[in-house]
Amino acid sequence: MAVTQEPNKFEWVKKSFKNRMSSWFFWILGISVFIYCMKVISDATIWIFVKDAHIQGANLISRMFPPNWSSFGKLIRPIWDTINIATLGTSAAILVAFPLAFLASVNTSPNKFLRQAALLVIVTSRSVNSMIWALLIVAVIGPGVPAGIIAIALRSIGFVGKLLYEAIDEIDQKQVEAITALGASRLNILLFGIVPQILPAFWGTAIYRWDINIRESTVVGFVGAGGLGMQLNTAVLGMFWDDASVLFIVILVLVLIAEWVSSMVRKAIV
Amino acid sequence: MKTPSPTSELLSERKTWKPQGLLRGYKGWIITLAIIIYLIAVGFSLEINWLRVQMGLSRSARLFGDFFRPDFIGRWPDIINGVIESLTMTVGATVIGVALSIPLAFGAARNISPKLIYFICRGVIIVSRSFQEIIIAILFVVMLGFGPLAGMLTLVVASIGFVGKLLAEDIEDIDTDQLEAIRATGATWLQTMIYGVWPQIMPRFVGLGVYRLDINFRESSVIGVVGAGGIGATLNTAFRLYEFSTVSAVLIIIIAIVLFTEYCSGIIRRRLQ
Repeated sequence: MAVTQEPNKFEWVKKSFKNRMSSWFFWILGISVFIYCMKVISDATIWIFVKDAHIQGANLISRMFPPNWSSFGKLIRPIWDTINIATLGTSAAILVAFPLAFLASVNTSPNKFLRQAALLVIVTSRSVNSMIWALLIVAVIGPGVPAGIIAIALRSIGFVGKLLYEAIDEIDQKQVEAITALGASRLNILLFGIVPQILPAFWGTAIYRWDINIRESTVVGFVGAGGLGMQLNTAVLGMFWDDASVLFIVILVLVLIAEWVSSMVRKAIV
Repeated sequence: MKTPSPTSELLSERKTWKPQGLLRGYKGWIITLAIIIYLIAVGFSLEINWLRVQMGLSRSARLFGDFFRPDFIGRWPDIINGVIESLTMTVGATVIGVALSIPLAFGAARNISPKLIYFICRGVIIVSRSFQEIIIAILFVVMLGFGPLAGMLTLVVASIGFVGKLLAEDIEDIDTDQLEAIRATGATWLQTMIYGVWPQIMPRFVGLGVYRLDINFRESSVIGVVGAGGIGATLNTAFRLYEFSTVSAVLIIIIAIVLFTEYCSGIIRRRLQ
């Protein structure tokens, strides 16, 4: 086949000129932003303190060992409290988040206004960290385990609510239609058409959040909301680093157990 | 007399339909009983100081009043400083953390990493993930003094564990045929990683980085409570001074920025898919 053509002008390149320029532009922009950030941080740092960081670090570690295991007896109660904060906080959050998710989903929301209101609650709850919720609640009802439970619950409502309403958004409409065709009432459509479809996602989310909450409830005590964080705060403020190292080990073990339990339960359910 | 049709006979014999669920049968009873016992135990151990609650609730009227009158102006310099510090901490920590998490993820992927390195990298990930940011922040504050440097390093440590774990799981799920193809051309180990593994996990990697940016900002708003700089420090000061209208203003700003970053990260992640 004789193809007479102009010598091929086009050479294969991975990116066109325009693409290359824009990728250069974004790289340079990104790197400048990063350098600027480093400068801001460096300006706000007292470098004299940083210079002896390795000495401080070595000092810290040497004071952490050996861990003071005799303080473990004092920790049984805080461990129990920590587990309770996570468990009750998650349960309370579920009770609120479940109806909230139905209000927030396009598929089930009764009207636009309620939907926006529910979304606002979910967003507010999610954006504010549980530590900040704890600060607020401690200011209202005083320090203690109940404050921790409420703080954890307030943070979890948004998390569970969001994942749940997204699950409701993605349900299979055919099943709902089938149940509607039987002449079911609105409640029955909800109970038999929608709820069974989202239950696995729901339990998965709840257990996952419980696992996260165990982690969070180890620190809400820093602002007075009960649990291991309170002990840790005392140990750190009093510089009892050998007590603190026991606490670190306890927290690590607790979190790992929670993770194991959560993955077991999720496997059993799904 | 009409003879009943076979269908209606079948229907009358059938037991009523029951939905299936977790809490049915003897297992359900055991679970219910366990829950009740647990709740009773908790009920005995909870100590609620009703007097303090009552006092607090009457005081909270003022608190909520202040909340609906957010005061942006009174402490504006502090607020804007806190926001800038938080944002720089977030960006710096995400860039460094995500960059460091790449080698960690390769090391923690069972299918491409030697046993010893695998266990070391998994260990790093587990420790980094198990401790809440606040705890890591305390250690850094003790070592480096107050300020955003401690905060940034905290977020770096937290990001490494998070991105490292998810990325390692992704590497474990890659298509090994592509690896084989590249190896068959005589590629070195490094070339196999760059041309065989990396292109497969790249989109997910960018997505994770953007997602982490989002989380890091949220976390940067609290580690200030223990002295690691950022908007959390401003917030904590406002709380200690009972200036709840400032608290409210700071919270509104945090929520607005979180919404904005979430919106942006959502767009970026959608475009990547």
